[in-house]
Amino acid sequence: MTLNLHIWRQEGPDRPGKLVPYKAEDVNRDMSLLEMLDVVNQDLIKRGEDPIEFDSDCREGICGMCSLVINGVAHGPLNGTATCQLHMRHYRDGDSITIEPWRSQAFPVVRDLVTDRSSFDRIVQAGGYISINTGNAPEANALPISKVDADLAMDAAACIGCGACVAACPNASASLFTAAKISQFASLPQGQPERSERALRMVDQMDEEGFGNCSNHGECEAVCPKEISISTIASMKRDYVKAALTV
Amino acid sequence: MLLDAKIPDGPIEQKWDNRKSELKLVNPANKRRYNVIVVGTGLAGASAAASLAEMGYNVQSFCIQDSPRRAHSIAAQGGINAAKNYPNDGDSIWRLFYDTVKGGDYRSREANVYRLAQLSNNIIDQCVAQGVPFARDYGGLLANRSFGGAQVSRTFYARGQTGQQLLLGAYSALMRQVDAGRVDLHSRFEMLDVVVDEGKARGIVGRNLVTGEIERYVGDAVILATGGYGAVFFLSTNAVNSNVTAAWRAHKRGACFANPCYTQIHPTCIPVSGDHQSKLTLMSESLRNDGRVWVPKEKGDKRPPDQIPEDERDYYLERRYPSFGNLVPRDVASRNAKAVCDEGRGVGQTGLSVYLDFADAIDRMGEQVIRERYGNLFEMYERITGENPYSGPMRIYPAVHYTMGGLWVDYNLMSTIPGLFVLGEANFSDHGANRLGASALMQGLCDGYFVIPYAIGDYLAGHSFSELDTRADAFEASHREVESRLDALLAVNGDKTVGNYHKELGLLMWEYVGMERSEEGLTKVLSEIPALREEFWQNVKVPGANSHFNKNLEMAGRVADFLELGELMARDALERSESCGGHFRAESQTEEGEALRKDDEFSFVSAWEFNGVGETPTLHQEPLEFQNVKLTQRSYK
Repeated sequence: MTLNLHIWRQEGPDRPGKLVPYKAEDVNRDMSLLEMLDVVNQDLIKRGEDPIEFDSDCREGICGMCSLVINGVAHGPLNGTATCQLHMRHYRDGDSITIEPWRSQAFPVVRDLVTDRSSFDRIVQAGGYISINTGNAPEANALPISKVDADLAMDAAACIGCGACVAACPNASASLFTAAKISQFASLPQGQPERSERALRMVDQMDEEGFGNCSNHGECEAVCPKEISISTIASMKRDYVKAALTV
Repeated sequence: MLLDAKIPDGPIEQKWDNRKSELKLVNPANKRRYNVIVVGTGLAGASAAASLAEMGYNVQSFCIQDSPRRAHSIAAQGGINAAKNYPNDGDSIWRLFYDTVKGGDYRSREANVYRLAQLSNNIIDQCVAQGVPFARDYGGLLANRSFGGAQVSRTFYARGQTGQQLLLGAYSALMRQVDAGRVDLHSRFEMLDVVVDEGKARGIVGRNLVTGEIERYVGDAVILATGGYGAVFFLSTNAVNSNVTAAWRAHKRGACFANPCYTQIHPTCIPVSGDHQSKLTLMSESLRNDGRVWVPKEKGDKRPPDQIPEDERDYYLERRYPSFGNLVPRDVASRNAKAVCDEGRGVGQTGLSVYLDFADAIDRMGEQVIRERYGNLFEMYERITGENPYSGPMRIYPAVHYTMGGLWVDYNLMSTIPGLFVLGEANFSDHGANRLGASALMQGLCDGYFVIPYAIGDYLAGHSFSELDTRADAFEASHREVESRLDALLAVNGDKTVGNYHKELGLLMWEYVGMERSEEGLTKVLSEIPALREEFWQNVKVPGANSHFNKNLEMAGRVADFLELGELMARDALERSESCGGHFRAESQTEEGEALRKDDEFSFVSAWEFNGVGETPTLHQEPLEFQNVKLTQRSYK
């Protein structure tokens, strides 16, 4: 099939960008969208043009590197699917596809579709951990954890840190990302000693990075490739309020 | 060059304790005077950087990804082994050690493997304390599952995302140290050279992948934890950015490369669908716990699977290996899949796949149980293939997955360049000629959390370091070399893309240095790879400039290195005219077609010393002595 692409091109963070039309020909339905872009890039290089820069690494939906807004939707039309696992069988001959980077003040564009998400690292740095040094750990089974709590923690821990939640949110809030980490630890006994401070510091860091606040649109949950529940945000807010009132 | 493995004295159970008691220590006040460079932030790199920083060292951590959390350890699915024996099914440190040495087909160092088994339990403790949400039973205790190559259940797991959860644990420990000001983090940075001064590794030179600037970093020791080189095959389960560059540049500076031909082909991957394919996706081999592998008995049987009656199916692994059945080690499972496809009994459009069928397991336990165990893998399969594995069998085919070879290290994980340590998949040390499932995560974390913190102190306390800054001659020279190589890549301006060359090299490697190798094929490819490399340097087209984010320039440097590594892999495979583990030489097989080792001739580690591009490297041998395990021909029948 042949597709009409409109792709965001931008040489650097301080340069203006624009959508540029491309034609993708002989697209095979078993290709992933990123493989389709690989093919387009091969042609661009042979023609002496600059290829389209985009991030991707594992190409199996777990590293969180790929980050495209496809026809206005972060990671494209499929639920629970990262960009790299979107296949062309979901498109038809002659379709138009617009591809843009994550858009948020806290994710400046590096080049074309590549953004700088180091703000996420700084949020984790502000408390997304349990303070235990190597070698200090007690015997693993000394601390039974109910399966329900362990499963809840795992549901939240599945976050791949891609940033789709931010790209989809009208406020460019990083609440779902931040809440996933906070609620993972809040579900576990290991996370209790630092629970209040963690919520305070991580949420404050999120604000400092320039992410917006949550106003319950729910767009984040809808695009999350790991289908992290928005209920984690409610849990984070409770922890934050409680901590702010007591610490 | 004499390879001294520095294996400690004493009975195997006491070797690590003996070593720890001899190692020199750096006193707490002095630790902050040392700078340690850690390249790579996967399980080995992140755990090492975090642990060293906790101890008080100044650490500089580097990764090519935009965040340390994205290193390719994240994609490991199935689990991590430990000898906890929670299921009370007869496991022990000894048995984990024995299984790993046997699984590696008697080509690993006994002492290293024993230490790995000993430390495996500490890893589980550490990860649980970090909040890693391992699977649990209803009583609240940790759950285990079985895995290929073992007859006990010793694998800990977090759904099908164990690598992700362990990496996020190590990453969070790392970020805690960044927060504490003890680690400087450099993301989107690619190491392109190790700087050797007065015979010691003293720093790195590399490219800032955002600005293109060449940057220099000085340290008292350099740790490489940069992963494996499976992407030399182009199509593999590695991430598209996985590469050998850091290890290869260290090799060119004097670090011996050990057992490069030991590559692992993973049996349960999603088959190739066409020429556009950029990578292959693995599905955890834990699927083989409940899935049954089969093909039609008749050649060319093109009926859909549900129309092939039970008695016309060949469950060939269960038939040939009754005691291990579908859980034979990876190399055995892979070779058997290739064999039935070569016979013309492969299934799917291409005939290059076999069925992995869950119908019996779903009948026995219900779809819900299967969904809980493998739900995310089944979803992944459906997303990629468009086929629903709950209603019909999956199709699988082997793909390159892991490389057991890597930079040679001694028992203290130090390479042949003093002060250059190598951890995780980037070294060669623990898996011999074949790695068992759920052992890569164990080794990466063992090296990073529990071995390097001891080993590095001994090195630092035992040496004196001259004042060195990044303006020193060694840095200048390295900087010039790195820069001129990048300029050379951009200057060729030929007709073929980097991707074209990577694919061509990959096809050569898969055909001649893949699942089955022969003298004839290896000899042939040893002339074809250098020819392809020559063509690359005359006809590659790298777009853009050095001064900006330029993925193709990054890839060009990596493919150029793969074109050198591929030749060494073929040479190593040719030299080792026995079959062992993942290295199967057509000339060395039993009457039943199983790998035939030649212990009298090949019980050694091959460590290659670089002599220049296109020059024949020098082979050094480290003899392998087995004092605790009796060498047997592996049998999983």
